[in-house]
Amino acid sequence: MHRFANPARFQRIANAVLPWLAATTAALLALGIYFALFDSPADYQQGETVRIMYVHVPAAWMALFVYTCIAVASAVALIWRHPLADVAARAASPIGACFTFLALASGSLWGKPMWGAWWVWDARLTSVLILFFLYLGHMALARAFDDPTRGARSAAILALAGFVNVPIIKFSVDWWNTLHQPASIARMGGPTIDPSMLLPLLLMALGFTTLFGVILLLRMKTELLSAKLRAAQMARLQPVAAVR
Amino acid sequence: MTTDSFQTFLDMGGYAGFVWPAYALAAAILVGLLFVSLRQLRKAEADLEALGAMRPKART
Repeated sequence: MHRFANPARFQRIANAVLPWLAATTAALLALGIYFALFDSPADYQQGETVRIMYVHVPAAWMALFVYTCIAVASAVALIWRHPLADVAARAASPIGACFTFLALASGSLWGKPMWGAWWVWDARLTSVLILFFLYLGHMALARAFDDPTRGARSAAILALAGFVNVPIIKFSVDWWNTLHQPASIARMGGPTIDPSMLLPLLLMALGFTTLFGVILLLRMKTELLSAKLRAAQMARLQPVAAVR
Repeated sequence: MTTDSFQTFLDMGGYAGFVWPAYALAAAILVGLLFVSLRQLRKAEADLEALGAMRPKART
């Protein structure tokens, strides 16, 4: 894994992967939106509001997936001191926060017509709101120090401690009585959703995942350049020390 | 698509006020994040370029 620790090598790999990943994202999302809006049926109970699902469910999956990635990166950073792991965690948390906000907001837009309320304080909604605050906390902590390497360690510990929330979110619909509907894809016994709805859902979910990859690589590149910039500025400010 | 069926499509079975904002919000947030991330990358590249130009020895 440390083979990828070399920032120059990472930049080369990222530059090679980015155009392909961006093209894949565009294709997946175009297809996904086409099926979601034009070529999938209305739900027999929820009518046309079911189309909100194709945004809401992938966004919610990404909210959990990105947090899991951050927790794994944080563990790698704390245990093996892999230099790119902190960079990845820092770069990922704003993306996760955006997906979580999108899941909450689109869920609200779906909840109003179906449940009659924009928001209810039930287990699923509340635990996802906590996830959103964890993202904000992680972003704030990672940027709280002038020297980002100092913030990285605290942020990694926060990310690992907050990971307890991820299984709570996943199983909240089984553990507590909730308005939120239970899982219909990742469940024992296979998906209970019709293939005509599963197709746009999976296309959108894959599109969101590759979009996450694109934005993550862009942000990691930016983080690495910023670190280089800081080092260069330090060298300019301390010419004596640099010469010594 | 005829004007009539297009109207039906836009109407979303009476739920237009919920379905379209959900898609608009998704587009705004995700495209916005992509745009901001790209701009930050361009800025970092430009800053590094400027610093390198000032002191050619520091260029790597």
